[in-house]
Amino acid sequence: MLLTLLATTAIGLVLLRSLFAAVMLTGMYSLLTASLFVLLDAVDVAFTEAAVGAGITTVLMLGTLSLLRVMPEHTEPRHGRLLPLAVVCLTGAALVYATFDMPRFGDPQAPAQQHVAPRYIEQSAAEVGLPNIVTSVLASYRGYDTLGEVAVIFTAGIGVMLLLGARRKE
Amino acid sequence: MRRSPIVKEMSDLLIPAIVLFGLYVQFHGDFGPGGGFQAGVIVAAGVILYALVYGLPRTQRLLPPNAVRILTSLGLLLYAGVGFATIILGSEYLNYDALHADKIRAQHIGIILIEFGVGTTVAAVMISFFYAFAGRGRS
Repeated sequence: MLLTLLATTAIGLVLLRSLFAAVMLTGMYSLLTASLFVLLDAVDVAFTEAAVGAGITTVLMLGTLSLLRVMPEHTEPRHGRLLPLAVVCLTGAALVYATFDMPRFGDPQAPAQQHVAPRYIEQSAAEVGLPNIVTSVLASYRGYDTLGEVAVIFTAGIGVMLLLGARRKE
Repeated sequence: MRRSPIVKEMSDLLIPAIVLFGLYVQFHGDFGPGGGFQAGVIVAAGVILYALVYGLPRTQRLLPPNAVRILTSLGLLLYAGVGFATIILGSEYLNYDALHADKIRAQHIGIILIEFGVGTTVAAVMISFFYAFAGRGRS
């Protein structure tokens, strides 16, 4: 049901010509994805998706739209429609083919579940003592990675400030 | 900027709840779902909603762009600083065990501190994104 809604939103996005409606639909798409994450029990990811994808990104996209004084005109593509269609079909077929090698969803024998995951699940209560294993992994076991992520966000912020923010003083 | 009374009243109702929920997600992230990233974007969403309803100048009077800029780096500094503090206390970088005699307590202190750093930087960066985009249209 949710996947049907997702697919419908995506098809609607492709067909729409109005940028404003397209931005609203991407927001909807994010909200649906967030619900999907909740169904998959990934509540932490769902939080982020709902707040960033559906909330802040939509506002930023609308802000960008309002900055564009002239709406970009729709131009006909130089090549025919067959080439993009072929590229999309080939990529899609390759991805579907790759999924045959993937372990079944939730398979405890999957390689991803065999490496450090058992240690986190069995020992984190004794070693870190937090009920939320996600937080234990992010903030304690993988503290370096999270520091790197914060540094990435910081750098992105600096980049936007340099490109857009500092113009006022000129 | 014309604002509809419905939008204004609803936002007045929602903004405190959003920010409070953000703080809850921030400090309860160890026990329930959530953490610094989520809390940061939720608080930022609250501030952005305020700016959408009450306008950018009023928001920037309450939360000056310079303060946001400083907060951006303070969060990262707090995170990295915890790492250096653990070195000084005689352990590896970001190994929280040195922060308290009881290891579980030490982990708690370390995680709460770095999550607070994450939340500060994320919220400040998101708000400064909004300031940068919204401020450009006016100049």
